[in-house]
Amino acid sequence: MIPIEVSSLKKCYGDLKAVDGISFTVNKGEVFGLLGPNGAGKTTTIEILEGLREKDGGDIKVLGLDPWKNGYELHKKFGVIPQEFTFFEKTTPREAIIYYADLFNVKVDPDEILKEVLLEDSAKVNFDNLSGGQKQKTGLALSLVNTPELLFLDEPTTGLDPNARRAIWDVIRGLKAKGKTIILTTHYLDEAQQLCDRVAIMNHGHIVAMGTSDEIIAQHGSGERLEIHGTEQLAHYIKANTELQVEYDRHRSVISIPLKQKIDALAALAAAEQSKMDWGEIQTRRDSLDDVFVKLVSGRVDEHGEITIENDESKSRQT
Amino acid sequence: MVSGKRIFSDFKVFSRGYLRNKFGLFFGLIFPVILILIFGAIFSGNSSGTINVYTQNQDTGPFAAPQMDVASQFLNALNSSTTIKVITVDVSENFSKYLADHSSSDGIIIPENFSANYLAGHPVNLTVYGNPASSSSGIVSGTVNGYANYFNLNYFQRKYNDTTPAIIGITSATVNTQQTKYIDFLIPGLIGFSILVSPMFSLVNISSEYKKTKLFKQLSLTPLTKMEWLASKVLWYIVLTIASFLLMVGVGIFAFGAHVALTVWLIPFLVLGPMLFASLGMLVGTVTKNPETAGVIGNIVTFPMMFLAGTFFPISIMPTYLQSIAHVLPLFYIVEGLNNVMVYANYMGAIIDLAVVAVITAVIFVLAVRLFKWRED
Ligand SMILES: Nc1ncnc2c1ncn2[C@@H]1O[C@H](COP(=O)(O)OP(=O)(O)OP(=O)(O)O)[C@@H](O)[C@H]1O
Ligand SMILES: [Mg+2]
Repeated sequence: MIPIEVSSLKKCYGDLKAVDGISFTVNKGEVFGLLGPNGAGKTTTIEILEGLREKDGGDIKVLGLDPWKNGYELHKKFGVIPQEFTFFEKTTPREAIIYYADLFNVKVDPDEILKEVLLEDSAKVNFDNLSGGQKQKTGLALSLVNTPELLFLDEPTTGLDPNARRAIWDVIRGLKAKGKTIILTTHYLDEAQQLCDRVAIMNHGHIVAMGTSDEIIAQHGSGERLEIHGTEQLAHYIKANTELQVEYDRHRSVISIPLKQKIDALAALAAAEQSKMDWGEIQTRRDSLDDVFVKLVSGRVDEHGEITIENDESKSRQT
Repeated sequence: MVSGKRIFSDFKVFSRGYLRNKFGLFFGLIFPVILILIFGAIFSGNSSGTINVYTQNQDTGPFAAPQMDVASQFLNALNSSTTIKVITVDVSENFSKYLADHSSSDGIIIPENFSANYLAGHPVNLTVYGNPASSSSGIVSGTVNGYANYFNLNYFQRKYNDTTPAIIGITSATVNTQQTKYIDFLIPGLIGFSILVSPMFSLVNISSEYKKTKLFKQLSLTPLTKMEWLASKVLWYIVLTIASFLLMVGVGIFAFGAHVALTVWLIPFLVLGPMLFASLGMLVGTVTKNPETAGVIGNIVTFPMMFLAGTFFPISIMPTYLQSIAHVLPLFYIVEGLNNVMVYANYMGAIIDLAVVAVITAVIFVLAVRLFKWRED
């Protein structure tokens, strides 16, 4: 059974189409990432899948069931960290785990779960005295109490320091190794690249790109480029003396040359040398998921859900 | 469907959290006791002052000259004493009933033709009502005796220069009305206050905060049901109310010598009361959009009850329009019921109050559970 199937899901708040006809599936054992700027509709989508909000249109199946109607049975089978997880102030992580185990009527060893999420040291600290990272880890611990097959993690690492983020990544990798299906949202593209098998980038309620990060980069990113640190004059010189396409970024003083083939780099460098002008560092690079993300979400979504990328004059300029 | 085990685990977590929060403990347990101490101290000064004595003067004359009205002179003399304040009761009143209605046991009846008989030297009897168990009755009968002796002396000194026979005699009448002191009535009132305040404020706050911080959504993803959640809160506030009740009664009795009856009849009030106000708080938190609005609405609902339901002073001293307002406040029936049980031993009255409270509680509880939403829709 496919754990999550979504087709043409819609949710409106008044005139606002928070989720506007999105479709995707998440396969068993997969870590699926939902990316997108603030207000893109990630939390709305996730909470509809959790059965916390009612959809306005489309079809969804979570573990084969309708989460709004069959929520009570479904909740026993999945685990959740909500965005900005909070808990009872005067309760410790250890007590919280025991409480959840009682509610779910399962036998667990609280210390084992605490160890799994690297929270043994603060097991007996009241929730209101925990740091942001420890609070998130508590949320993660609670989502594991009922040994779920499916996990919804809404921004599990937002606001955490790099160490705490890596600690949570380790936990998520551990869960993936155990074959759990995970759907997570994040604003960190490195996180998505590190953890997710596939990602979907959402913007204004639409999915604007979906696939592995390599697929998305290949589809929406530019190819390899040569970047030369130098003056605008040099850029003009190279353009005049080669067949190459040349762009100049004034802010960074970088000449950028898309490479149709690797040998193009030699021609560009030869022209630069020939000019007798000064030039600095050189490098070749490709669009990262970051670059593609910025391109995709600063573009506008037209009525067909296609994005049109606006040419941002200040960023790069044809010479 | 409802699981006792889940209610109990939620109860455990909630009560532990409550006990770790000094603020809640202060308002739940210590604050009502402080109120008893303050109000008890303020009003206990009263009891060392003059005693109100209800007096029915049946000797209405007519008198040939004002000096012939010995009855009035006798009462004026009594009134000028430091211990007694004479309060006149109209002759048309049924005296015993009047005493009972005014929760008093101290009274004097002056018979018809008292003055004429006194002046003629015929023996006359005053009837002094009193409760042998009450210290004030001892003071009253002592004072009346003293003045009767004085009047007797006066008569014989004037007439014969002799002191032997007595003209004014005294007949005692026993009254069983327990004289209620302010503290006796303050205890049920403040118990009502604590039944209202702790569960109400707490649930308004919790239910609106949990909604805002999405804790309810979080709980909705567990097998706990909203009914179980509310039940566990109600249970905790019943426990807290009973603890607070015992503390307040203890302080009232030991610090101020309060006379309150402790019977099983109190239990239904101590159970239904917290249930009613926890549910009402829940309802307020549920129907409002955010914690700020919830706080305001909560105060609007709570404050009139806090002062007008007979908590700090009996509603009988309030103007009638305020009394009619008091009758629509749920807390009024709890305080009245507690008074009926603890002070007046009026169980018929208590049953009626209990019935009213039970109906209101059932309605509010059902409404709260129905309208309260774990998740949004
Ligand atoms: N209950 C609600 N009532 C009205 N509008 C809502 C509600 N919930 C969400 N929205 C709106 O729907 C849009 C999508 O919100 P959502 O929380 O799904 O975004 P998100 O992608 O999770 O953003 P973030 O990255 O900031 O968490 C936003 O414009 C938000 O204002
Ligand atoms: Mg969100």
